Amino acid sequence: MTLTLDPPRYELSDLDALEAEAIFIMREVAAELERPVLLFSGGKDSIVLLRLAEKAFRPGRFPFPIMHIDTGHNFSEAVEFRDRRVAELGERLIVGYVQDDIDAGRSREETGPRASRNRLQTTTLLRMIDEHGFDAAFGGARRDEEKARAKERVLSFRDDFGQWDPKNQRPELWSLYNGRIRKGEHIRAFPISNWTEMDVWQYIQREELEVPSIYFAHHRKVFRRDGMLLGVGPVTEPKDGEEVFEELVRYRTVGDMSCTGAVVSSAATIDEIITEVAATRITERGATRADDKFSEAAMEDRKREGYF
Amino acid sequence: MELLRFATAGSVDDGKSTLIGRLLHDSKSIFEDQLEAVERSSQQRGHDYVNLALLTDGLRAEREQGITIDVAYRYFATPQRKFIIADTPGHVQYTRNMVTGASTADLAIVLVDARKGLLEQSRRHAYIATLLGIPHLVVAINKMDLVEWDEVVFKDIASHFEGFAAGLHPHEVTFIPLSALEGDNVVDRSTNMAWYDGPTLLEHLETVEVASSFNHDKGRFPVQYVIRPLTAEHHDYRGYAGTVAGGVFRPGDEVVVLPSGRRSTVAGIDTLDGEVPEAFAPMSVTVRLADEIDISRGDMLVRADDPEPRVTQELDAMLCWFSEQPMHVGTKYAIKHTTRSAKAVVRELQHRVDIDSLQPETRASELDINDIGRVSIKVSAPLMVDPYSVNRLTGSFILIDEATNATVAAGMVL
Repeated sequence: MTLTLDPPRYELSDLDALEAEAIFIMREVAAELERPVLLFSGGKDSIVLLRLAEKAFRPGRFPFPIMHIDTGHNFSEAVEFRDRRVAELGERLIVGYVQDDIDAGRSREETGPRASRNRLQTTTLLRMIDEHGFDAAFGGARRDEEKARAKERVLSFRDDFGQWDPKNQRPELWSLYNGRIRKGEHIRAFPISNWTEMDVWQYIQREELEVPSIYFAHHRKVFRRDGMLLGVGPVTEPKDGEEVFEELVRYRTVGDMSCTGAVVSSAATIDEIITEVAATRITERGATRADDKFSEAAMEDRKREGYF
Repeated sequence: MELLRFATAGSVDDGKSTLIGRLLHDSKSIFEDQLEAVERSSQQRGHDYVNLALLTDGLRAEREQGITIDVAYRYFATPQRKFIIADTPGHVQYTRNMVTGASTADLAIVLVDARKGLLEQSRRHAYIATLLGIPHLVVAINKMDLVEWDEVVFKDIASHFEGFAAGLHPHEVTFIPLSALEGDNVVDRSTNMAWYDGPTLLEHLETVEVASSFNHDKGRFPVQYVIRPLTAEHHDYRGYAGTVAGGVFRPGDEVVVLPSGRRSTVAGIDTLDGEVPEAFAPMSVTVRLADEIDISRGDMLVRADDPEPRVTQELDAMLCWFSEQPMHVGTKYAIKHTTRSAKAVVRELQHRVDIDSLQPETRASELDINDIGRVSIKVSAPLMVDPYSVNRLTGSFILIDEATNATVAAGMVL
C-alpha cells in the first residue's frame, strides 16, 4: 500500500489574516512609541480593537490606557456599555469631555437644525493628547468607511497641530511601519484599516463579543430629516412639520446622537445583522451619518484639522 | 475564504481609476449612495457619462486634477474570494506610492493604453512589480474600444511586452484585452472581442493561485515585544510576541536566538485562545522558551534545523529612492529591518537601473527621487537577513532620514 500525503497548506482564513495583521500593528506601536492610548467609543469597531489588544498583550496588561472623547450627546446604552466593558477588562479609562472645552470657550456649540458636536471632538481629542503627552492614538477607523479614509496610512503621521497632510504621507512598505516622530507630533494608528463592515461583524460573531443594545432592532420614536431617521431625544428634537412616529430600527454606527441615523431593521441577533449587512445596498456612513453629507470632502476636511 | 491583495499600476490616463470603478460596479460592489454621489459629481463637472474614476479619487486635489495622487485601498468580495485593491498612482512623481501599494500585493495589474502601447511608466511599473517579487502580473490592455477591438493591436503589445519582460523574469504574466469604460472583459465577457478566449479580469482574480507569497520553509521569528506580566497569577510568565516571518514553529522545536547564537527549545506557543500546535507565517503568536535567556525586541528566533539567515553588517541591496533629497554615498540613515532598528550608511552605489533598457548605469553618482539602484550598505548592528527572493519579510528594509523622520527608501536584500 502506498500512502500519499497531501502537502500541508499553511494558509490563514481571511479573518485570521486580518487579525494577525492587526495584532502585529498594535504590538509594533506599543514597542516603538512611548505613550500610546486606545480610543474607545463603545462602538463595534473599537470593541474589536479591545479584543485585538487582548490578543496582542495578554496575559499582560495593556501597555496603554483607554480613552473616550465624550461629546455629552452619546447614546446612554453606549456609555453604560463602555464603563462595563473597561471594568471587565480591568484596564484604565480616561474620558475627555467636549463640554469642558465648550465651557472654557475653546469650542463653540454649533447652532441650527444640523448642529452637532461631532466636529467639536477634534478640539477635545487634541487637548487630551497634549495634556497626557500621548504620542500615538489607536483608532478603529476602516478604509472602507469613506473615500478619504481609503487614502490614510495604517500609521498616520500628525504634525504638532494634529493635522493630516494627505499629499505628504510616509510611504508604507511591507510591514515596516515608521513610527518616528518629534516631540509634539503624534501617530494615529489604525490596526483594522483593512477590515470591512462585514469583517467586523463576522469577527464579533466569531469571538462572541458583546455590543451595545442599540445595534439590535428595537422600537424607537423617530422622525425623518435629510433622508435619515433620527431618534427623538434631547439633542434631536423634531421641528415643525417633522412627523414623529414609532419604528422598528437599529443603528449601524454608534456616533454622536445628533448626527447618527437609525435604519429600519428587524435584525435582533448578530446572525441577522450579518444577513442584513450582506444584502444592504447602502454604505454604513451613507445610511447613518449626516456629518459626511456636508460636502464631497467633508471627512478629508475634518481629518486635516485633526479629526480622528 | 481566501484573501487576494492586488495592486494596479500604469501611466496617467491609462484608466486605472476607471478600471477599478468598473470592477466594483460590474461586480455589484458599489453601494447605491456611492453611485448616486458619483452621478451627482459627474453631472456637476459636466461629464456626459458617469465618471467611475470619481469613485476612487477620494482627495480634493485628486478630484480637482482628475488624477490619482496617493495610493488608496479598496475592498470587495465575490462568492469566491475577498479582495484588497491597492489603487496606486501613475505619475512618475508618485512612483513611491506604487512601490508602497505593490509591497504587500500578491498580484499586480499593469494597465496599458491600447493606442499608445508600452510607455516608460508601464515598463517601470512592470519592473517594480517584478523587483518586489509579486508572483502574478496581469497586463491589462485597455481602451480596446478605441482601436476597433483589433486583435492585432493586442497581440503586438503582448509580444512587445514579452520581449521586454524576458529581461525581468516575472513569475507569471497574463494578458487581457479590455475596455474599462465600456466594461468589456472586466467582469462580463466582451461580445466585441470574440477572438479572445481567455478569462475576464475578474475571473482571473477569482481563480489565480495565491498561496505563494509567504515562505514556509525556513523558520524565522523576529521578536517584536516581550510579554512579562509580573502579576501574582503570571509571575514567571515570559513570552516573546511576534509574527512568524517564515517557516513553521512547533512546541519542542530547537531554536537558535540570533544574533547571540544561544539555543533553547520552544516550550509552548500561546494565543489568547490557548496554546496552538504550530505557528506559520503570518500568524501573530507568543512563544515561550524552555530556558531563561536574554532576548529582546529585534532579536530573531530561528529553527535550529533550518539553514540560518545571514547575520551581517554588510548588505548588497536594490534600493528604490523616494526622497526629494538625492541619495549620496556616505550619508547616514536609520534602517528598519524586521523589528530591528539600527544606523546605516550607503558605502557604494554600484549602479543605477535605466528603466528603459533595464541596463545598469555604472557611472551614476547618486539616486534621485524614484530612481532604483544597487547599493552596498554598512549597518551599525548585525541584521539577520535572507535574500528578498527567498523571503519578502526578512529580505526587506526601509531607510529613514534621521533629520526629518521621512521614509526615504525601500530596500531589497540581494
